[in-house]
Amino acid sequence: MTNTRYAGPIDRIAAAARTGRISRRDFMHYSMATGLTASAATGLWTGAARAQPKSGGTFRWGIHDGNTSDTHDPATYVTRQMIFLAHQYRSYLTMINPDNSLGPDLATDWEATPDAAQWTFEIDSDASFHSGRPVTARDVVASLNHHRGDKSASAAKPLLASVTDITADGDHTVVVTLDGGLADLPWLMTDYHLAICPANEDGSIDWQSGDGSGPYKIDSGEFGVRWSLSRFDGWHGEGAYFDAVEMLILNDPNARQTALVTGDVDCVSLIDLKTKALLERNPNIIVDNIPSGAAITMPMFCDADPFTDVKVRQAMKLAMDRDEIIEKIAFGAATKGNDFHLAPVQPYWPDDIPQYDYDPDRAKALLKEAGAEGISVNLSTTDSIFSGAVDMCVLYAEQAKKAGIKVNVVREPSDGYYSDVWLKKPFCLVSWGARPTPDVMFTLAYARGAAWNESHWDNARFNELLLQAKSELDQDKRAELYREMCLLMHDDGGTIIPFFNNFVFARRSNVVHPDQVAASWSCDGARAASRWWFE
Amino acid sequence: MSHFVLGYFAVLIAASCLAAYFGRRPVFMLLFVLTLASALAGLFGGVPALRFLTGAAAVLALAAGISYAFREFLAIVFGGEAERELKNAPLTAIFGLFVIAVYAIAAVFAPIIAPFGQAEVVSSAFAPADAHMLLGADQLGRDMFSRIIFGARNSVGIALMATLLAFFFGALGGLIAAVRGGVIDTLIGRIADVIMSVPSLIFSLLMLSIFGTSIVVIVIVVAVIYSPRVFRLTRAVAGNIVVMDYIEAARLRGEGDWYLIRREILPNATAPLVAEFGLEFCFVFLLISGLSFLGLGIQPPTADWGSMVRENATLISFGELTPLIPAAAIALLTVAVNFVVDWMLWRSSGLKE
Amino acid sequence: MGDVTKLIARRLVYGALTLLVVSILIFFAVELLPGDIAQAVLGQGATKETVAALREQMGLDQPAPVRYLHWLAGAVHGDFGVSLISGDRVSAVIGPRFLNTLFLASYAAVIAVPFAITLGILVALLRNSIFDRVANVVTLTAISSPEFFLGYILILFFAVKTSAFPAIASIGSHMSFGDLLYRSFLPALTLVLVVTAHMMRMTRAAIISLLASPYIEMARLKGVSPWRVIVRHALPNAWAPIINVVALNLAYLITGVVLVEVVFVYPGIGQLLVDAVSKRDFPIVQACCLIFAATFILLNLAADVGAILTNPRLRHPK
Repeated sequence: MTNTRYAGPIDRIAAAARTGRISRRDFMHYSMATGLTASAATGLWTGAARAQPKSGGTFRWGIHDGNTSDTHDPATYVTRQMIFLAHQYRSYLTMINPDNSLGPDLATDWEATPDAAQWTFEIDSDASFHSGRPVTARDVVASLNHHRGDKSASAAKPLLASVTDITADGDHTVVVTLDGGLADLPWLMTDYHLAICPANEDGSIDWQSGDGSGPYKIDSGEFGVRWSLSRFDGWHGEGAYFDAVEMLILNDPNARQTALVTGDVDCVSLIDLKTKALLERNPNIIVDNIPSGAAITMPMFCDADPFTDVKVRQAMKLAMDRDEIIEKIAFGAATKGNDFHLAPVQPYWPDDIPQYDYDPDRAKALLKEAGAEGISVNLSTTDSIFSGAVDMCVLYAEQAKKAGIKVNVVREPSDGYYSDVWLKKPFCLVSWGARPTPDVMFTLAYARGAAWNESHWDNARFNELLLQAKSELDQDKRAELYREMCLLMHDDGGTIIPFFNNFVFARRSNVVHPDQVAASWSCDGARAASRWWFE
Repeated sequence: MSHFVLGYFAVLIAASCLAAYFGRRPVFMLLFVLTLASALAGLFGGVPALRFLTGAAAVLALAAGISYAFREFLAIVFGGEAERELKNAPLTAIFGLFVIAVYAIAAVFAPIIAPFGQAEVVSSAFAPADAHMLLGADQLGRDMFSRIIFGARNSVGIALMATLLAFFFGALGGLIAAVRGGVIDTLIGRIADVIMSVPSLIFSLLMLSIFGTSIVVIVIVVAVIYSPRVFRLTRAVAGNIVVMDYIEAARLRGEGDWYLIRREILPNATAPLVAEFGLEFCFVFLLISGLSFLGLGIQPPTADWGSMVRENATLISFGELTPLIPAAAIALLTVAVNFVVDWMLWRSSGLKE
Repeated sequence: MGDVTKLIARRLVYGALTLLVVSILIFFAVELLPGDIAQAVLGQGATKETVAALREQMGLDQPAPVRYLHWLAGAVHGDFGVSLISGDRVSAVIGPRFLNTLFLASYAAVIAVPFAITLGILVALLRNSIFDRVANVVTLTAISSPEFFLGYILILFFAVKTSAFPAIASIGSHMSFGDLLYRSFLPALTLVLVVTAHMMRMTRAAIISLLASPYIEMARLKGVSPWRVIVRHALPNAWAPIINVVALNLAYLITGVVLVEVVFVYPGIGQLLVDAVSKRDFPIVQACCLIFAATFILLNLAADVGAILTNPRLRHPK
């Protein structure tokens, strides 16, 4: 399954796209599903008439969510500060392209055995670290092994759980062996933890020095405060138009917004949605509103009363006025959820599943059938999940009242929310980052016995389909399998998904980006510094 | 030059003439200063600045008028001794009393006064003010006016409880320490030192993370944080009284500690304590709103002024007034409380001039 | 002066004891916090295995009292350990940030203290006049608005509307002193507004409470001008409470500025402490709290000594 093998079908799809026989979404859908280098296809889609990028300038970038106690250790990356920084000074094997297809980073090429249980990655022979040492297969093996094994404390451990062995075959080839088929492995390599760091002699990695092989190298910096980077001339990729990048950690929404308005920074990674409309009026500022696969979920324990009855679960879903929530909480910057964990911008999204809409009467009727009229449930939440999290729960409580459901909003402390409330309280509010493929997401949070099965959902048919889809290399069949899984989640699942939140970031009007920006993270998949330029 | 500006200065000058004619020097000086300030403001700020000045002057005049009327009203209601006391009170103090009375009424009768419930969503987000919603809607479409009214009950109630509790602990500790002295004095003093030396925001951050953020916990934690300050003040004031001869005399009479505290020391220590109460009350208020800035405040959807300021604070950069309303409510109350406190202080200091 | 030395020595001993108690308190408070450092570091990505692995890496598998004593043994020798998360020395992490905090605090104090005391004397002189009332209302309004809100309003007027000062006070070691002053002006001004009212009111109250004293009456009857009465006769006796409240506010400038740091993105110690608490990084929390506690104790001591030195009567209590 080398990407060249897909050149044929892609050309045909692209041709169809050009003549308008195929929608852009379908095009994306197919090209993303193949997992190949899609830069050529992107070129076809976005057209040749594009402004030529210009080099130069210092890109001052305000980043939300940074902590003074962060470290360079990729195993413990958790804040945006580190995720964004890692995408500037480190490299990954693969990356999400601006059109949300999968593209090469350090790996120029990858192929799988027919059962998808063994993958081979070819490493770019031009790539080198900022220190001047070339990037070899040994570095890749060490970097991936950093997230495996008993001693590893990496948050990416579950992601690589099915990997049994990683070996270097010469200087530029890495072989990954799995305990079963995993068609999505190249997609997983885009995960922000899996950054490639220089290997030490003993097979561990040197994450402390801050050396990497990304487009910019770190000149100086302080965790939770600021980072100064300058262009690395030996970078293996294309782009990196800015001479230097200045990242400022601005946790306070007002500070970010003012810094942008006064021109102290050129771009901010997140704006307060309340002020979106006001910012848009400013002629010097452009607000980008990019739909993503990041979801807000409200898991209900399917094995705890009253949620054991599927009718109650459906009533809870029907008692939510998603439109009002999107209008008032997300200020329109969100995509309506339909209680299956797959967003329209993601591969395999099925477009024919009926939408849950606010219907308090039907919810009431369902509760009556279930003999659970006038139920009262506690909904745990906290402010830090996203801005407006508590408000959203309060709003939902008001809406559910009309369906005869009493929702008591419990504001838990932000501190320790994910260790003490999530997975422990039967009904709570959770925020999920986008996962590259449905398989990753479903395996993490919906499969039987998964550590993060937040709704305690156990559906035999779903689990069977999930296994089947994992090693299925035929795209149409896979799409059909995922459609059925989504339908099961929609009808039977214990998770309410009010919406998928958009990435809303803003830039000064002299900052230019290509027509398309990636939806994997805010600011073009956190790669704004290497993909954008000054006018 | 617009008609407004002409009229504005004409009125000022006419009023000055009247004041001069009737020989009211303070009034004349006030008007003179106002005229001068207006001329300067008009020179630099133009008509909008003048309009602002007019508005401010009108608000002041209204406040003074209300206070005046309220003073007469109080005098009639209470009569006798209180009447003379009230007649001598400065207008600011009466204004403070008036504001406190209004807040108290709002707090007690909140469900009757407020047109909507505090959590009730009645319109779209940030809907402008109309006949039904006096102050417009907040970010969820809840009636701002109703939330302010309920906020009076919640915010003031909690801050008041916490301050009272802090004063109870602090003053009691201080009095006992002063009367008993020795080991007890040292012990209580050291405990107070320990509590005070941990920054209040960090202390509450730790405590609220451990015990959760219910109202009871908030009140107790805040009271614990502020009681050492009250303790120190009480200890200092009572320390000065304890060495007085009349205390010595009472002790020789064989009076117990409790009697000394209640009958001899407390009455003489009230004035500084009351003065401190005013400031502490506003610090408690601010601490609670600072806590909600860090996400540890009062549970939603309970309306609370601190959280209300915080929720919409980013709008202020665009000159939107929404977050100013609850902030103004906080400011008005603290100013009012301190006006009254100043008056009490002035009365008790025996300084009448 | 022997009494004063003895007092200082005794207070220092008490201070050391207080610090010890504070350190025990903080240690167990951090222990009691829900969740532990391993979970906090891993965040949403924590599983049982990874948490256990991380706990072992950080040496958290030992019982709490053992860890406390271990830390205490180091601290007595001036070694506050290493950050559990980054592995850096605590002194290296805190040092530069503490200097930033001190800089901002002194900046604000240099403006606020003389300003507040002068204003306090002025309003005492002009008590019950329009000026007194206006100063009263303005300063009260300033302290009764939440700090972060004051900050936002200053940003609106000085950064967004007029761009006279930068909205974010990002300072670095390479900047000149003038540049530092310029960049951190808005946070300093916010702090000035926050602390001025308290000091001014105390100055005013302390002076006015003395005005009824017979010796002031005497001076006045002698025909001494009101200004002289206050500055030469009342003020010397009013220093004790004024110094006390100044010390309290100076301590606040150092220990209580978390919100201002957040609003202006100022790299001070408060933000570090809040981050460390949320990550349960005990050595950092402990060191920050001890610095704060020591600051507080020393300032208090200085206030008491100052009060005694300005008022001989306090040196010989009855």
